[in-house]
Amino acid sequence: MTNSSGIRLAGKITTLLALMTIAPAAVADMVLNLRRGVTDISQTVYELHMLILWVCVVIAIVVFGVMIVSIILHRRSRGAEAADFSHSTKAELIWTIIPVIILVWMAVPAAKTLVVMEDFRDSEMTIKVTGYQWRWHYAYLGTEVDFFSSLARSSNIARQVRSGVDPFSVDNYLLDVDKPMVVPVDTKIRLLITANDVIHSWWMPSFAVKKDAIPGFINEIWFKANETGTYRGQCAELCGRGHGFMPIVVDVLSKQDYAAWIDAKDGGETVAMVDSTTAAEAPAVAEELSGEKLYNISCSACHQVNGQGLPPAFPSLVDSAMVKGPVAKHIDIVMNGRVGTAMIGFSTQLGDAELAAIINYERNAWGLNGGDTVQASDIAAAR
Amino acid sequence: MGPEYEATADQHHVDDHDHHGAPSGIKRWLFSTNHKDIGTMYLVFSLLMFFVGGAMIMIVRAELFQPGLQFVDPAFFNQMTTMHALVMVFGAIMPAFVGLANWMIPMMVGAPDMALPRMNNWSFWLLPVGFTFLIATLFMPGGAPAAGWTMYPPLVLQTGDAFPFLVFAIHILGASSIMGAINIIVTIMNMRAPTMTLLKMPLFVWTWFITAFLLLAAMPVFAGAVTMLLFDQFFGAHFFNAAGGGDPVMFQHIFWFFGHPEVYIMILPAFGIVSEIIPTFARKPLFGYNSMVYATASIAVLSFIVWAHHMFTVGMPLAGQLFFMFSTMLIAVPTGVKVFNWIATMWRGSMTFETPMLFSLAFVFLFTIGGFSGLMLAITPVDFQYHDTYFVVAHFHYVLVPGSLFGIMAGVYYWLPKWTGHIVDEKLAKMHFWLSAIFVNITFFPQHFLGLAGMPRRIPDYSTQFADFNMMSSLGAFGFGLSQLLFVYIVYQTVKGGKKASSEVWDNPVGLEWTVPSPAPYHTFETAPEVR
Repeated sequence: MTNSSGIRLAGKITTLLALMTIAPAAVADMVLNLRRGVTDISQTVYELHMLILWVCVVIAIVVFGVMIVSIILHRRSRGAEAADFSHSTKAELIWTIIPVIILVWMAVPAAKTLVVMEDFRDSEMTIKVTGYQWRWHYAYLGTEVDFFSSLARSSNIARQVRSGVDPFSVDNYLLDVDKPMVVPVDTKIRLLITANDVIHSWWMPSFAVKKDAIPGFINEIWFKANETGTYRGQCAELCGRGHGFMPIVVDVLSKQDYAAWIDAKDGGETVAMVDSTTAAEAPAVAEELSGEKLYNISCSACHQVNGQGLPPAFPSLVDSAMVKGPVAKHIDIVMNGRVGTAMIGFSTQLGDAELAAIINYERNAWGLNGGDTVQASDIAAAR
Repeated sequence: MGPEYEATADQHHVDDHDHHGAPSGIKRWLFSTNHKDIGTMYLVFSLLMFFVGGAMIMIVRAELFQPGLQFVDPAFFNQMTTMHALVMVFGAIMPAFVGLANWMIPMMVGAPDMALPRMNNWSFWLLPVGFTFLIATLFMPGGAPAAGWTMYPPLVLQTGDAFPFLVFAIHILGASSIMGAINIIVTIMNMRAPTMTLLKMPLFVWTWFITAFLLLAAMPVFAGAVTMLLFDQFFGAHFFNAAGGGDPVMFQHIFWFFGHPEVYIMILPAFGIVSEIIPTFARKPLFGYNSMVYATASIAVLSFIVWAHHMFTVGMPLAGQLFFMFSTMLIAVPTGVKVFNWIATMWRGSMTFETPMLFSLAFVFLFTIGGFSGLMLAITPVDFQYHDTYFVVAHFHYVLVPGSLFGIMAGVYYWLPKWTGHIVDEKLAKMHFWLSAIFVNITFFPQHFLGLAGMPRRIPDYSTQFADFNMMSSLGAFGFGLSQLLFVYIVYQTVKGGKKASSEVWDNPVGLEWTVPSPAPYHTFETAPEVR
């Protein structure tokens, strides 16, 4: 008996080890519970979660236990005779009052935590977060630093319908961005959250913060990370077709590293979509300036890779009078968007050369033959 | 057409006098004013919608079977999740309860029919009309609604040509529900046998009575909310557009003022059903009848002051968050009372485990699990972590599938012999139960883990760390879906034939419906029965 169970255990461990060698990410990341996170608040939230979970487990054991005992003992097949009591004021009072006491006992720490969460005083820096369909924009208040944060290219390629790319081969599939939010450790950081088009929700599980980004309104949250590292989250409010594809990544750096980062960015930052963080990537980035690739990153989510769009919300570009018509109107709409529709303006998201490349692509792709050549200088003139 | 209708009406009049059976042909159904026929139509319609909504979620679960997008475009995925919810809520669960109410309430209170039989016909026939509009949106430019069943603006305003049809469908379904609710209230108030005082009414009648008031209060609010959306979209009203002085969050407040009572609309009648079934199979009277009634009423009242717990993350003031946290936690008390009463009913009973009882026991177990996760969700600071994740999906499916749906299944198995006059094939029915009970847990239990691990809801594709549990959940969903085909077969078989059922069907059940023969004659209780 002992021997055979020992063998079974060994078998299980071997299987687990085998699994871990084959798919280390899958097993190591197999998470069952909420994460503790890296802020004081997230630890408190984790403890609250565990507290109420255990309260529920204990109540469940008692309630289900009584029920199971009753099902086993009080069945006719065992010859049980039915009693005929139908109420007991004492019992009913007990099972009304005890839950009330438990609830009050749980409500107190919950309320306390909530009060701390809502205390925005003494924050040391502020970042304005704006949700777009479907990327985030971060602006560091008091500096010149602001940038868009979009789904990383590797994930974006793999996530296309029947892309043929195995998601397991992509690092941090759907949880990686081109440019993460960067913040210093041990610093109380306030986020002002809003949106440009529809409602999004900024969620960082490791900080236990989630707040809706609502167009026309500004919400506040704050966090203070205790550990450096890279933390990943996702948009948590259905915001349309690309809802699953606008992750959130926060790099928490040491205070010195952060100071160096912000100094390098401040003043020198160009608001280009395609950013190179390492020198090795630079040549590839230059190549990326082809209109087709830029279009596929920025435009294809709505207008589709084949330019057919998803009418009527996202019109086709192939049969578009705008695309076939004068180029000035085309530039205007790509740069400034179209009020009252999902079309946002891209003038702040993309550089002159990139916008020009996209417009040229749109006017000459999919069998169109606009023949126009928009130059970066045309875009600069329109700014 | 006119004279023909007159003739039919006359004919019907004569029939009534002669105590004949049902009229024959399509007119029996189209012009029916008989509560039993209309109840049957409601139930058949809801079964059909159950499979339509189920087919949609099969597409969703197939796409979520593994990471990467294998089958559908994300836009279509969003249409499927949205339509699944709308079809299941308004097409499957609610009409099934109205069907059960139509069949059973007049028989349970000793009334010959519903109080307003022609309105009864009208409220049923609005349903196919409303759903024709809703389902037709799938074939419109821009596709079906894809902003979630909650229809939050501004996203919902990006819906294509389907948008006005969505609003109109909701108006029609809302009108149907409101008429149904009025009919139930009037029937219960005015048509009871003279000796049936309010506190002698069966629990199913009580819970539906309270549900009807919830419907009456909540549905017009919903109709108003979607009308405001319509005005925003077509007449530049800016109710929910911040740029025009409106507020997108206001929609959420109005929606959930409807939406939270709506979740109780979908569970209270199920409470009533299991409160009928458990005493029958425990062979013991229901424990704490009065407290059951009071608990139901308090849940109904509380359901109107907890709505904002669906939207803790919108940025409410601290006081608001605290208020909605406390009021939500409070609901656990009357809900707990109900669960304790059911268990006390079983305690020292003489239980047998026929299919209705099995579904009712699974209801008590699994609804309670949904209740626990509901309590966890009430704790605002932790809700920030759970909100809009699969934890929420697991929670509300636990209360809606093994909750509402199992309640309906239990009711159908309990009363089917009364409706058809035939005993249900217990062996097959038990198989249906066990398949459903096992697969429902395989489907929804892993979703708790997914949510806690950080998977947002309503996403068509996910990070690889969520792969295992999603695959498990999809397999469970396929199994659950297939198992329901067995249910259709069992119902069909029981309608067609089988062992004759006695008028009592079960072992000494309590209630007026068991005093009439099985199948119940076309007209019952033309003279009021005597209630002890």
